[in-house]
Formats: sequence, structure tokens, C-alpha cells
Amino acid sequence: MLHYAIIVSYLLLSLALVLGFIRLVRGPSLADRVVALELLASLTVGFIGVSVIYSGRAPFLDVAMVLALTAFLAAVAFARYLEKGGQRSDH
Amino acid sequence: MIIEWLTGFTIVVGSGFMLVAALGVLRMPDLLTRMHATTKAGVLGAGLIMIGVALHFASGPVLAKAVAIIAFLILTAPVAAHVIGRAGYFMGLSLWEKTTVDELKGRYDEATHTLTSPPDTDTPPDGQGRA
Repeated sequence: MLHYAIIVSYLLLSLALVLGFIRLVRGPSLADRVVALELLASLTVGFIGVSVIYSGRAPFLDVAMVLALTAFLAAVAFARYLEKGGQRSDH
Repeated sequence: MIIEWLTGFTIVVGSGFMLVAALGVLRMPDLLTRMHATTKAGVLGAGLIMIGVALHFASGPVLAKAVAIIAFLILTAPVAAHVIGRAGYFMGLSLWEKTTVDELKGRYDEATHTLTSPPDTDTPPDGQGRA
């Protein structure tokens, strides 16, 4: 039972990663890409969670924790760059 | 047995929410609506998967880590969405054409990077918040 749930979760998360990646490539603005990147980081946290259940190795959860924090730092840094030095999109 | 069903249920539902978040980021028309999709559905999905992990292992350290991850996500996602949305607005991103309310319209001074208060409210004279 759990085995099928893990397979279905992997499928859904992989599809979600592909969809998020399409937005990351298409843009159109840098802020949209930052949002897509953050979604990808969040998806990876979920992926690691499912992978922890699948492999039975709980220490992998530390990776998810660090990833969640660094994704936040990256988002804040990108936003600061956009606000202070990024190119305006309307002129 | 029941734990197994619950674990499977939470990880499948969490993955489903993350798929909804990815669909939203792909299909929504502008930056703010895209963030609206990813922030809430993404955090809910990751949180549900972490609940599934905690249920599956049912041990103290794993529970602590799962709770810590959920707490980080819930604490950081609104802040990140706020700063990105703010930066996007100040970058001059165009809103969706069907947007009805833009309360900051005309109040942002691009040269000084400040926002002025609306004239019809009783804010103090020094209410010019730094943008």
C-alpha cells in the first residue's frame, strides 16, 4: 500500500518539477523566475521527504531542512538585488 | 497498518498540493497571482509530506526534524513572498489586465524609492513610510 503511495507521490512531484521548470525557463521577468526557483526548492523538500520514507534513512531530513533555509536566503537576496540594482521592466 | 495508510494518504495529498502549486505557477497570469499559488499550496504540500515522514518513523528525533522543517517553511514562506512581491511591484511589473484594485498606484516615488501615504487618511504628518 505504502509502496504505491510512494510511486504516486514521486510521479506527482516529478510532474510538478517539470511544470515549475517550464515557468523558470519562460520567465518572463526575473521575479517570476525567482518565484519558480522557490517553488522548485519547496518541491525538492517534498521530494526528499518522500525519498526518506522510501529509503528509510531519516538523516536525509537534515538536507531538507538546510535546503528550506538556503532557499529562503536565496529568495531574500534575489529580492534585494531586484529592488536595489535590477533593471526595471517598464522602461 | 493504519499508520501506513495515513502516511500514504498524507504524502499523496501533499504531492497533489505541490502539483497544484506548480500548475498555478505555470498558468496564473501575473507575478502576484503566481506567488499566491506557490506560497500557500507549496508550503501546505511540503508540510503534509513532512507530517507523513513523522508518522512513518514515529520516533522522537525524526518528529523533531519534521516539526522544525514545517516551522521553517511556515516562518519563511510569507517573508519570502512579501519581499519578492514588493521587489516585483517596485520593478514596475505590470499587473494582470483584469486587476481591479491597485492601492499603491501613484504613491510610489521612483526617484526617492519612497511611498507616500494616501491623503484621505488620518495618518500623522511623518507617515511617509520608507518604501
